[in-house]
Amino acid sequence: MSYAIEAHGLTKTFKASRKTGEEPRITSSHAAGGIITAVDNLSFSVEHGEIYGLLGPNGAGKTTTMRMLATLIKPSNGDATVLGHSIVEEPERVRASLGFLTSELKLEDFFTPSYLFDFFARLHRVDAAQAARQKQLLFSRLGIEDFANTKVSKLSTGMKQKTSIAVSLAHDPGLIIFDEPTNGLDILTARVVTDYLEELRHEGKTIVLSTHIFSLADKLCDRIGIIMDGQMVAEGTLASIGLGKPLEEAFFDLYEARQAEAVLV
Amino acid sequence: MKTTTHVDDTPAAHKAPAPQALCLRAVIQKELRRFFTDARMVIATVLMPGLLIYLLYSFMGSAISSNLTMESTYEPQMYAVNLPESLAAGFLQSGLEFTEISASEAEAVKEQIAAKLVDLLAVFPENFDESMTLLLSSEQGAVNNGEAVPETVPAAPGTVPEATPGTTTEAVPEVSLFYNSTRVESGAVYHQTQYLLDAYKETLRPVFTVNISGSAYDLASQEDTAGFLFASLLPMLLLVFLFSGCMAIAPESIAGEKERGTIATLLVTPLKRWELALGKIASLSLIALLSGASSFIGVMLALPNLLGVSAQEGTAEQGASTLVDASIYSAQDYFMLLAVILSTVLVFVGLISIISAFARTIKEANVLVMPLMIVVFLVGASAMFQTSSSAELVLHLIPVYNSVQCLVAIFGFSAEPLSIVLTVATNTALTGLCIVALTRMFESERVVFSK
Repeated sequence: MSYAIEAHGLTKTFKASRKTGEEPRITSSHAAGGIITAVDNLSFSVEHGEIYGLLGPNGAGKTTTMRMLATLIKPSNGDATVLGHSIVEEPERVRASLGFLTSELKLEDFFTPSYLFDFFARLHRVDAAQAARQKQLLFSRLGIEDFANTKVSKLSTGMKQKTSIAVSLAHDPGLIIFDEPTNGLDILTARVVTDYLEELRHEGKTIVLSTHIFSLADKLCDRIGIIMDGQMVAEGTLASIGLGKPLEEAFFDLYEARQAEAVLV
Repeated sequence: MKTTTHVDDTPAAHKAPAPQALCLRAVIQKELRRFFTDARMVIATVLMPGLLIYLLYSFMGSAISSNLTMESTYEPQMYAVNLPESLAAGFLQSGLEFTEISASEAEAVKEQIAAKLVDLLAVFPENFDESMTLLLSSEQGAVNNGEAVPETVPAAPGTVPEATPGTTTEAVPEVSLFYNSTRVESGAVYHQTQYLLDAYKETLRPVFTVNISGSAYDLASQEDTAGFLFASLLPMLLLVFLFSGCMAIAPESIAGEKERGTIATLLVTPLKRWELALGKIASLSLIALLSGASSFIGVMLALPNLLGVSAQEGTAEQGASTLVDASIYSAQDYFMLLAVILSTVLVFVGLISIISAFARTIKEANVLVMPLMIVVFLVGASAMFQTSSSAELVLHLIPVYNSVQCLVAIFGFSAEPLSIVLTVATNTALTGLCIVALTRMFESERVVFSK
């Protein structure tokens, strides 16, 4: 097991008739015969202890890929191993070993961060003593202590996001998948989150994040994969992709080359 | 039992393996905590139904009773023209005190009756007693005992069946009773007066009498009477309350979690889908049962107020006032009742949960549940038209219908243990299927992420 994540030919298709706001933008080449291909034969690997970034425009298939890795949805084709477990064969093992964070995972308004943390720790089968230690650690690190016993409904977006992070890390996973980590966060909370991600890397955690923000990828990621229309168009370290150019420049070079290609086809 | 064999590089590897049951328990505990620590939900779902039903039914009961009877302290305003001495004493004994007036005042009194100021005017022919004595030889007296409109006195043909038509009608003395049917007291004294006159008529020249001795003619035991009433009313009410209880919580708990996006948070944990499905159905059933119990207690407490009246109306002569008494059922009856109710709640929760899982929002879930609700209510209403369970054993394999049949049978003292067992088994099996289906649905990304 040399990689934390190994994805082989991950593909996800949806029926076009379903109108969902979350699905990828439909491009002519990817919506043939009423089938939308959100993720198209995607292969990549993530090394242990690194921060790997999936970078791409909205609708490129980042969220769909993340959801497949977290086993919330099943790939139409292909497979991936997460810490040695197949997302197709052993989804429960996968879920037990990773922490999945996204702004779309909501917490029930009625409960307090403290109760929710305990509840999710139980779902992850963490024993009480371990859970208490982890709670103390996360709550103080993320600054949740002050509102640990306030109902979620009364918290600000930033507080909710912090709580959400703490809850997702209740089982102290070795691998963290974070979909759009700073989306919808105020700048102060965003800073807490990015700092915390770096800290987690120092602790030896593996982190996969998706983003469309170049500065974030620039700042955090050891390696990135650029996806467009569900396909991997470039993968490597920041230096190897940029070839000396800033990430943003490199990205748009790739994007324009691809557009030109599409016109030719 | 799952042993958490984590990969070596995660600190999670140090965690003690936890029994599978703990996850299920965590889900159930959370659902119950969600419900019971929310005062508003407890009040709205458990306290209010029982209380409202009790108040509503009691109010309906007293409204009906005050509509049909007058206050015992009320002194009716009654006038009579030519009140015969032979009758005055009898009327007084029954509490009907007439004020005698002259024939010329009659028109004014009629106006007052129309204006609801006076309750009754009885107009007797002059020398009523003498005419009676004369007539006793060959002819019968008659009163206008038809449902006459007070202001006009119809000829009331055919109301004197024992009289030979056409021959002596002119000679028969006529008593007119003027009243106002829209005034409760007026109606009451009218019926009372008419009843007394009829009784008097029968004593004058009896051809034959029917049930006038005042003894108990209805030989149904009080138990049977109560059972009959319970069996025709309670199954429907129970079904409606249990279903409403489920409706109040299941869409909120399942479609609500989808709508708010909290279900995905649960699904990214190692929580097994069947644990979630079973945990939801178990906790929702418990809450629905409490809600149903609350409604049921409300009904049981209010029934004496509601039924006492109409029952007394129906069997006034024997004064069956004690017929609404739930203690007529044995412990075994109550045990069967509990088993049927519990299994019915499971079926309701199971079906509504599946519908709720299909729906994208609570609102949509409530709309989608409507057809099911109508079916359940109709099947429940069918119990009102059959007061003994006559269903064949095979029919107890049909959910909802079997519950109604069992309830009718239990309340009517004719429950067969076998049909109860079959019903509970069928319902439990169906609930099992619902849990399997719900598990499949929670596994389906199309269901969980449909928006």
